[in-house]
Amino acid sequence: MVRLLGILIGLGFVLVAGWSLGWGVYAYLGESHQETPEHRFHLEPRDVAFSFDGPFGKYDRQQLQRGFQVYKEVCASCHGLSFVAFRNLEELGYGEEEVKAIADQWQIEVPAVDPKTGEASTRKALPADKFPNPYPNEVAARAANNNALPPDLSLITKARHGGAPYIVSLLTGYRDPATYRNEEGEALPAETRPGQGLHFNPYFANLNIAMPPPLTADGQVSYADGTNPTREQMATDVAAFLAWSAEPRLENRRAAGLATLIFLIFATILAYVAYQNIWHGGASRAVRRTGPLDPENMAKRDTASAEAGIEG
Amino acid sequence: MSFPWAEEYRPKSGFMRWLDQRLPLPRLVHGAVGGGYPVPRNLNYWWNFGVLAGVALLIQIVTGIVLAMHYVPYDAQAFGSVEHIMRDVNQGWLLRYLHANGASFFFVVTYIHIFRGLYYGSYKAPRELVWMLGLVILLLMMATAFMGYVLPWGQMSFWASKVITGLFGAIPVVGEPVQQWLLGGYAPDQPTLNRFFSLHYLLPFVIAGVVILHIWALHIPGSSNPTGVEVKSAQDTVPFHPYYTAKDGFGLGVFLILLALVTFFAPNYLGHADNYIPANPLSTPSHIVPEWYFWPFYAILRAFTADFILPAKLWGVLAMFGSILLLFFLPWLDPSPVRSGSYRPTFRWFYWILLLDIAVLGWCGGLPAEEPWVMVSQVATIYYFAHFLIILPILSWTERTLPLPASISESVLHGEAREAAPVDLSGFRPAAAE
Amino acid sequence: MAIVEHSDGTLAASPDGELRRRDFINIAAVSAAGVGAVATLYPLINQMNPSADVLALASIEVDIAAIQPGQAIKTVFRKQPLFVRHLTPAEIQAANAVAVGELRDPQTLAERTKPGKPQWLITMGVCTHLGCVPLGAAEGENKGDFGGYFCPCHGSHYDTAARIRKGPAPKNLEVPDYAFKSDTVVAIGEVA
Repeated sequence: MVRLLGILIGLGFVLVAGWSLGWGVYAYLGESHQETPEHRFHLEPRDVAFSFDGPFGKYDRQQLQRGFQVYKEVCASCHGLSFVAFRNLEELGYGEEEVKAIADQWQIEVPAVDPKTGEASTRKALPADKFPNPYPNEVAARAANNNALPPDLSLITKARHGGAPYIVSLLTGYRDPATYRNEEGEALPAETRPGQGLHFNPYFANLNIAMPPPLTADGQVSYADGTNPTREQMATDVAAFLAWSAEPRLENRRAAGLATLIFLIFATILAYVAYQNIWHGGASRAVRRTGPLDPENMAKRDTASAEAGIEG
Repeated sequence: MSFPWAEEYRPKSGFMRWLDQRLPLPRLVHGAVGGGYPVPRNLNYWWNFGVLAGVALLIQIVTGIVLAMHYVPYDAQAFGSVEHIMRDVNQGWLLRYLHANGASFFFVVTYIHIFRGLYYGSYKAPRELVWMLGLVILLLMMATAFMGYVLPWGQMSFWASKVITGLFGAIPVVGEPVQQWLLGGYAPDQPTLNRFFSLHYLLPFVIAGVVILHIWALHIPGSSNPTGVEVKSAQDTVPFHPYYTAKDGFGLGVFLILLALVTFFAPNYLGHADNYIPANPLSTPSHIVPEWYFWPFYAILRAFTADFILPAKLWGVLAMFGSILLLFFLPWLDPSPVRSGSYRPTFRWFYWILLLDIAVLGWCGGLPAEEPWVMVSQVATIYYFAHFLIILPILSWTERTLPLPASISESVLHGEAREAAPVDLSGFRPAAAE
Repeated sequence: MAIVEHSDGTLAASPDGELRRRDFINIAAVSAAGVGAVATLYPLINQMNPSADVLALASIEVDIAAIQPGQAIKTVFRKQPLFVRHLTPAEIQAANAVAVGELRDPQTLAERTKPGKPQWLITMGVCTHLGCVPLGAAEGENKGDFGGYFCPCHGSHYDTAARIRKGPAPKNLEVPDYAFKSDTVVAIGEVA
């Protein structure tokens, strides 16, 4: 009964799904299949190597400091870093006094209440504070940026497919829409050209990004450690810094992982040997293996059955 | 319990005797997972996954409770509180990644456990209730996982909650009031987040209770085994402790190694980048997808694109829930007396096709709803319903099965391959095959 | 535990729990699991310890330039009230004139201040009786019978060195760890 009902209901679902399938096939065969401009012109992130790649990679603290400098001088006026605290910068190798100075001299101040009048005001940052947002709220941010909202960068490398290599590719990926040709040699169709306030960047998902190219020339930042500040260098350094700001515990995580895995492999090997020992080792080896169907055991069984008067 | 040769509980120390006289917990444990529970001796590694699911539940509960000490279920602070856990709470990153990846592993072992049941006919009489309780656990797990994913209040959290609560709006007549009742408003917002947190904390304990019923129901007939032939005598079994405690211990080690590999070295691989963006009700992500363990169901939901008396959206919802609900009826859809797929060659073919089909559904579920993937998921959905509702019932009428071994011990001693062919057992009167 | 195989092929745990050499591996495996279980406890317990952002506020800096002699300020340190008081010479003299042996909690003013800076009295603003916030730090508040602080809850009087003189409090107001970063900035919570 259940099976008959099942077959009927099954036929019902099959029919309805088939109906959708039929219409789908009909539509698919009918329409022309032009790839969207996004498909034709979008580029996957370049392969960029970082010191923290791979299961045993580590951050390069010099690079992180350079990256922080790029963030501070190029990005911080528009992009917040609100999940990172100034005190976290000590992990980059800055001393306690240096961090206090960075916080104190930070261009943007922390919202506070005037202790005498009670009015909303601002105060200089302390190391315990998180990086203050460049804009008080979203409305102000959009008003200052042609209705675009500059995203907070604390988690950006985890919040975008492609991670740090994507950031490098994006920052160095701006192209002239008039002269750009993709791999097949096609030019940008008119409707894909950027409108007012947008800039063509094939690494960006929608091809046209509201952020103007932030790294326009070599030497935009002069590094404290003397490294040559090419555009590629600055982009790579700031991407590494942003990777750290998204995953400050990366090195702890991998170290703990290695220790845990070594212990677990050891314990699992022990567990396996113990398991084999229990099933096939120890006392059970000492006894000659017999089974229930061997003649002597069958004989025992027949005798016992006969005594109990049980048939078969 | 129905095993007369099961070892009786004998307390080893004075304290245990004292305790057992007052609260028979020691004998309960002994009879359930100790030396007093006889288990077929021929279980293979596919039988490890039930215990692994129990351990995964324990991991989720423990990490969840400590995470709840730091998480704030208020929309303006939820995302920040998760980042607080990741950055400032001592070993918070470990607890968070364990909980997120632990959920994925919980589903991996549970799905394997279910597929074991499907292959070996574990759902058949007399274990129908064990099967149905298991499906209840699965449904509770899915509800818990869905609500848990909303809590970080990222983009995917918010939009997934919008899509899933929106499904309830597709129910005719009562749909919209039910949706608003679920949400506590007109769209996912603070009331939704708060109640999801409360329920997400509660349901795992409900799951634990149903797990106890599930194991209890199992222990009445005892565990099934790869031959599907029931236990006949003491020769067929070994005591759970130490044989299967040892084997499960080894299996647990392998499970933890895999969990550690993902948690420590690829903790965001199974997740979605968009959930690291704080929720924005005014900006829809380009592709809304649930976590990977919901992908097959998501594919079925999106497969219904054309209206057919009822709106397509409603068909999608009915099919998505139906795909799990039909499993409740499996013991009656497939009542073939031969349990194990090892002795059902035709069934075996269809079983592999089903696995492939579910894998295809899963693959399509993770992709955007574009052609040709929608057509592929439509074909796969057709097969899924046909498999359980049409093919299995017909198979149970028409299939030719292989001869069963007379008993588990015979199968173990003489080898599965040999006893598949008739054995000369002159002088031996085998028990009647069922 | 030893396994015994009966001659009819059934296997069972042996009733006697004698230790056998072959059981060593079993014990080793269980011990390894035990070590793992204990190691797992560490993060579960440690996560309840103060998190990094709480510890970051474990020390603060207070600017004392604006506090005139005879004035005091109330601020917050580790979520509790802190009193910073600029003692006048008269108050210092009054504190030093007290016979230390007669005090309930014997301490000199010198022991409660930094060398060379006896005029800066920095104490917690928490009465040592049952935890109320004593009066006397702000302008016009009751300073009690000894010119220091007065706790209105149960009538504890503290003197100009914040030592308990009268009332139920057992100890003087607590002096936290602090260090002068300069003449005008004090770091509270840091060991000198």
